[in-house]
Amino acid sequence: MSTPIKAVLAVFVAIVVVAAGYFLLKEEEKKVDSIVLGAAVSLTGKYATAGNHTKKGYDLAVARINEFGGVKVGGDTYKVKIIYYDDESTPARGAQLAERLIKQDKVKYLLGPYSSGLTKAIAPVTEKYKVPMVEGNGASTSLFKNGYKYLFAVLSTTQFYLKGAINLAAEQAKKAGRDPKTLKVAMAFENDPFSQDVRAGVVADVKRHGMKIVIDDKLPPEINDMSATLAKVKALKPDILLVSGHSKGAALVVRQVAAMKVSVPMLAITHCDSAKVIKKFKVKANFILCASQWDRSLSYRDNWFGTAEEYAQLFEKTYKYSPPYQAAESTAAVLTFADAFKRSGSLDPEKLRAALAATDMQTFYGNIRFDATGKNIAKPMVLYQIQGGKYKVVAPLKWATSKLIHPAPSWDKR
Amino acid sequence: MDNVLILFNQPVIFLQVVVDGILFGSILALVAYGMALVWGVMKVINIAQGEFVMLGGYVALKFADAGLSPLWAVPAATVILFCVGWILYWLVVHWVVDKDIFISLLATFGLSIFLQQIVNQIFSADVRTAESGLVSRSFLDDRLVVAEIKVLAFVLAAIVGGILWVFLVRSRLGQAIRATAQNSRAARLMGIDTNHVYAMTFGLNAAICGGAGALVAMTWVIHPYLGLSYLVRSFMIVVVAGLGNLPGVIVAGLGLGAAENFAGFVFGAEYQAAFIFSLLVVILVWRNWRLGRQRRYLK
Repeated sequence: MSTPIKAVLAVFVAIVVVAAGYFLLKEEEKKVDSIVLGAAVSLTGKYATAGNHTKKGYDLAVARINEFGGVKVGGDTYKVKIIYYDDESTPARGAQLAERLIKQDKVKYLLGPYSSGLTKAIAPVTEKYKVPMVEGNGASTSLFKNGYKYLFAVLSTTQFYLKGAINLAAEQAKKAGRDPKTLKVAMAFENDPFSQDVRAGVVADVKRHGMKIVIDDKLPPEINDMSATLAKVKALKPDILLVSGHSKGAALVVRQVAAMKVSVPMLAITHCDSAKVIKKFKVKANFILCASQWDRSLSYRDNWFGTAEEYAQLFEKTYKYSPPYQAAESTAAVLTFADAFKRSGSLDPEKLRAALAATDMQTFYGNIRFDATGKNIAKPMVLYQIQGGKYKVVAPLKWATSKLIHPAPSWDKR
Repeated sequence: MDNVLILFNQPVIFLQVVVDGILFGSILALVAYGMALVWGVMKVINIAQGEFVMLGGYVALKFADAGLSPLWAVPAATVILFCVGWILYWLVVHWVVDKDIFISLLATFGLSIFLQQIVNQIFSADVRTAESGLVSRSFLDDRLVVAEIKVLAFVLAAIVGGILWVFLVRSRLGQAIRATAQNSRAARLMGIDTNHVYAMTFGLNAAICGGAGALVAMTWVIHPYLGLSYLVRSFMIVVVAGLGNLPGVIVAGLGLGAAENFAGFVFGAEYQAAFIFSLLVVILVWRNWRLGRQRRYLK
């Protein structure tokens, strides 16, 4: 090789090295001025709808935080950004992606996926790498029985979903001069971790009041027809009917209770809003009680979004639909991180974890305070009743915007 | 045991369970009818059977979204799904129809996953329903309630079954279909265009399922992943009735619907499916035993 060519090559190499160094340094600089959160959410597959609510909730929080200048950690201010992956609604993929976020993308803080199942798959990974994860969409009680130290959930856990309905029924019975012990309860819960956890919570309270369980069906996940269970309800005439089976269970029960004219004084279910029962069934959905994590009429507030109602308005303006609670709790997860960063004064995951564990704050979504297992114990569930085609909060009494109509009129009187 | 007592003490509830079961069974009978047709004529077990039902349901949804009565979706879904079935035959099934049964199983399995995902992409995974505008009729002061839409499903199932039977017996194409089912090679030698027969059969099957699907959307719920439960039940019905026994398929379909509802009532929803599959085993064992006896007589 002749000398001039060597010289040209040497210069070339030098340029490449300098350029690479420059870009790398620049990359380093970029990293320093923003906090990167990672999230695997279901953008496709069977949880796609809820997964997208989750992502929008995260995005809205990030946009708001950055609009306000970012998060103050120690003396510096950082912008927040999120790296997303699509977990295709499959737990195995979710776990892989969590690993990828942590090992390849060097993400040090994770936001939760959608659903208890996916959270269950990801939690062991974040635990292994000691990466704090704040989630707003994994409610299953079983998540908090493994002694995980890096998992924090801002939502109420499953056992609280329908407890309110049982207590409400007991109150109503006492008011009417009836012993709650005489109440008959019928239950139909899907045979999956979420609904069975809801059931466990209910059963504890049913026992406490001494009520009698007359039907206890486990709906198979692939169920397309509930008429056998509902025929039993007709025959045994319980005072309370409780049903939980995600959106499908909600849509099925509302439709078939109306079609078969099954009259129960109280019907309480989960997932009314994600099943859009009011839009689908109109007047047929009246008087049903629905469990919800959050409602825009609640009186919580924070410095980022203001009141729950203001959050709802901003969400509507941005995404052109009213925020489901799945979006609100996702936003709250990001706010929890922001708050913990501020208090820890450091980007170190261990210090952040300690700060998260000491969280005690109010957001537009509700109060957030974690117990030793990482679940939020400061926020109660609310119970809606559908009245005149609208969701009205009827319990707990503190937030009730309407009075409970009880017993629900039978079908021949509607 | 308490639940059995209820059935005896409250005969109206007994009747309610039977009626609901039979009406659900009529939908299953339709789907199984299509499956038996394809299985008998083409020797293909169509795994995408449930997905055709699902597609029919989404046609009804589109009608409801457009402000039309979804009742019109029943004939529309039949026509649209016929075209879908016909096209899918030429695109996919045509290439595997004379091959080993595992190849066609795989191909239609792939088809079913493909259809699920396409629908999921277009309509999302939300659970949907279409309102037919029909009401429920009460008898015996509200103790027996029958939804008109379920009765309509039953009547339509009977009509479709009847038309199909006449079609297979009387029309030229029906004769060609039967000839192909008996012996496709001989049929080809007699100048029957068996590919045409296959395409029409597959289209016909999709059309029946589509009509059933539109009814499902108005009676129960639909979502992209509901296919499997219709597939396994229709498969079971065909197995119980035996291939080539179309009246048997109708009877087995209605019977299965009723049996399933009873099992749900007596044992609880969690044992509904377990019960009918145990029933399948019992029926197969019994039939085997009966056939064995017949063989002895022949000796």
